[in-house]
Amino acid sequence: MHGRRKIVAAAGALLLGAASVSGCTLSSGSASSSSKTITVAYQEFGSFIQLNTEMQTLKKQYEAAHPGTTVQLEPIQASENDYYTKLTLMNRSASTAPDVMYEDTFLINSDIQAGYLAPLDSYLSKWSDWSEFTATAKSAAVGQDGKTYGVPMGTDTRALYYNKTLFEQAGIAVPWQPKTWADVLSAAETIKAKLPGVTPLNVYSGKGAGEGATMQGLEMLLYGTGDQLYDSATKKWTPSTPGMLASLNFVKQIYTTGLAPDVQDALNPNFGTTLSTELIPQGKLAIDLDGSWLPSTWTPTGAKPWSAWSSTLGVAAMPTQNGQAPGTTSMSGGWVLSVGSHAPDKQAAFDFVSLAENKANALNYDITAGQIAERTDVAADSSYLSTNPMTGFFTNLVKVTHFRPTYPVYPQISDQIQVAMESVMTGQSSPSSAMSTLATQVSGIAGASNVAAG
Amino acid sequence: MTVATQSPRTARIPLDKGGARRPRRVRRLLGRLLPLGPALLLLAVFFAGPLIWSVYTAFTDMALSGAATTEFTGLENFRRMFSDPVFVKSLELTVIFVIGSAVIGQNLLGMLLALILRGRSGAVRTIVNGVVIGAWVVPEVVAGFAWYAFLYKTGTLNAILGHFGLSQDWLYTMPMLAVILANIWRGTAFSMLVYSAALSDVPPELLEAAAVDGASSWKRLRYVTLPLIRRSIVSNLMLITLQTLASFGLIYVMTGGGPGNASSTTPLYMYQEAFRFYQLGYGTAMALVLLVLGALFSLIYLRLIKLEDS
Repeated sequence: MHGRRKIVAAAGALLLGAASVSGCTLSSGSASSSSKTITVAYQEFGSFIQLNTEMQTLKKQYEAAHPGTTVQLEPIQASENDYYTKLTLMNRSASTAPDVMYEDTFLINSDIQAGYLAPLDSYLSKWSDWSEFTATAKSAAVGQDGKTYGVPMGTDTRALYYNKTLFEQAGIAVPWQPKTWADVLSAAETIKAKLPGVTPLNVYSGKGAGEGATMQGLEMLLYGTGDQLYDSATKKWTPSTPGMLASLNFVKQIYTTGLAPDVQDALNPNFGTTLSTELIPQGKLAIDLDGSWLPSTWTPTGAKPWSAWSSTLGVAAMPTQNGQAPGTTSMSGGWVLSVGSHAPDKQAAFDFVSLAENKANALNYDITAGQIAERTDVAADSSYLSTNPMTGFFTNLVKVTHFRPTYPVYPQISDQIQVAMESVMTGQSSPSSAMSTLATQVSGIAGASNVAAG
Repeated sequence: MTVATQSPRTARIPLDKGGARRPRRVRRLLGRLLPLGPALLLLAVFFAGPLIWSVYTAFTDMALSGAATTEFTGLENFRRMFSDPVFVKSLELTVIFVIGSAVIGQNLLGMLLALILRGRSGAVRTIVNGVVIGAWVVPEVVAGFAWYAFLYKTGTLNAILGHFGLSQDWLYTMPMLAVILANIWRGTAFSMLVYSAALSDVPPELLEAAAVDGASSWKRLRYVTLPLIRRSIVSNLMLITLQTLASFGLIYVMTGGGPGNASSTTPLYMYQEAFRFYQLGYGTAMALVLLVLGALFSLIYLRLIKLEDS
């Protein structure tokens, strides 16, 4: 009797515990690709609806040009982190893997390493438009084997948006261009003192914001300190540097002195949407460190049309820590379209990619989604340049921009950076102990021999 | 232990009966098993399969992305786990969550409700049952969101407490207490139903006899009622413990394991490692540890009932 109870108990625990992990990965997908169907997986979430609109158009164009072929769109409605997870889960099985997928350049090396993507070199060499892409764009999706695995849909840069109306009310002169971090903080302090009810400064932080926290948050700070995340000369990761400590201190300072949003709000995975559709248009946030795509939310076809945005908001480049050369900094990422390694007809899948990236479609997408063009002919197009008053500004930031280390372990290291940021912003760790935890974790991920001593 | 003493006996039976009747017995056995076939097959594919797979992956470095091959790494995942302060903390939080919300909260409150309701009029029982079971019927995510809305910074509770100047950010300042309360609220109905059923099996004449002998109501509860329903208590404890150990949705909706990892119980941490950070092998290894934890709780309960028996 007792023995049987134990078995029942053990089975129960197994069912509830173990199966909850394994069950999910074995879940069957919806679509299986037949030779007459091309499946396209991409993200549609919150205020990011422009890609879905674009894909609907592409589906019509492709099906008209290739009678008998159906394009099956699979918009994945999930926040950024969940999108990556769902996409990788789809990629694990040949029966669910999409033929064409929308990939973040930060994840692409990891997915190349995992064998999810097909090299495109043989197709690209026959595609005349490929020569229109900038050198940076061509290298965006190159794997460690030297092959190209994706065609960039547009890149981005990052800077400080500020609300001119609020600045004037607080008595800060506009146009505003801070020279150092201290200038940013003092402007935020002024806002805090003069305008109660307004959040002075947003810097994404913590696990909820995902890669946005690493890139728009920590790396925008870190790459302005003279230190970086990876030292390409010594080929070592550098998680414990004075710059990292200063960056974590900055995060701590703004979140613990009431300059940043409430920690509970900032940790919400939907905070980015709240910010762009509510807080900024309602004038409840004074300064936002954010990406160049942000205004696409406020266009007439965006998620939150707001015609006054260009007269209300100003934009300033993110200064380096103490104003050291080149004075300003930025980070660039971007997304590519890739062909899945399981795609039965890779030529057909690539045809879809090349259609999506031809001049007319790339121009349209760069304009509606607020992307920085990666085709030279699009970048020179007058309708692109007049997209919005800030397009020229953000395109110019390409001169001072940085790219994330393109190694397969980067996503895991990025996760650990978010953990470190969250522990600092919630006050659970001091910046120095968060940095030493980060260094330990990075050693575990990349191997101790690939990490520089702190 | 009992299994071990039983098996030689059952194994002896065919020897005693002789070999001649064996084919018929086999056929009869097959005839009995055949209708079970589809169910067994389904169980094997959808239950045993993932189970064995997850035990296997716990000893590998399987990842969702980043590596084309999966390598067998032996006990590496477990070594990493116990040198990972966040994991050790998640185990602590899990034990706190189970003891606080299941063993103490749901169990005691459920029994209290069942005792109070015993012998009450039909109308009272119906109303109380309705209210309590209502919380249990609500889907986990809905319950989680209701509590989130209640405890949130600008939520109902703070709107009320604001009049007394007591409002604060409950999910941020005391996330564990918040999720424990929510889980008690949600799970008490189950314990209440189990104990109501058990109490109705307690012969009234025993209680009457004890009352005639001058036993106080506490002594009647302690020396008559509780010993009679102790098997139900153990079954109930075992069920709610295992259920609460693996509880995920409620905490995920309310706090997401945060802030930081202040309410990150092992299932939450397991999810984060397996599906946010793609370390499937590491995540399944945690599932195995959770299984051991469940087995430990079960053993304690079984030991308790044994002590009571002897």
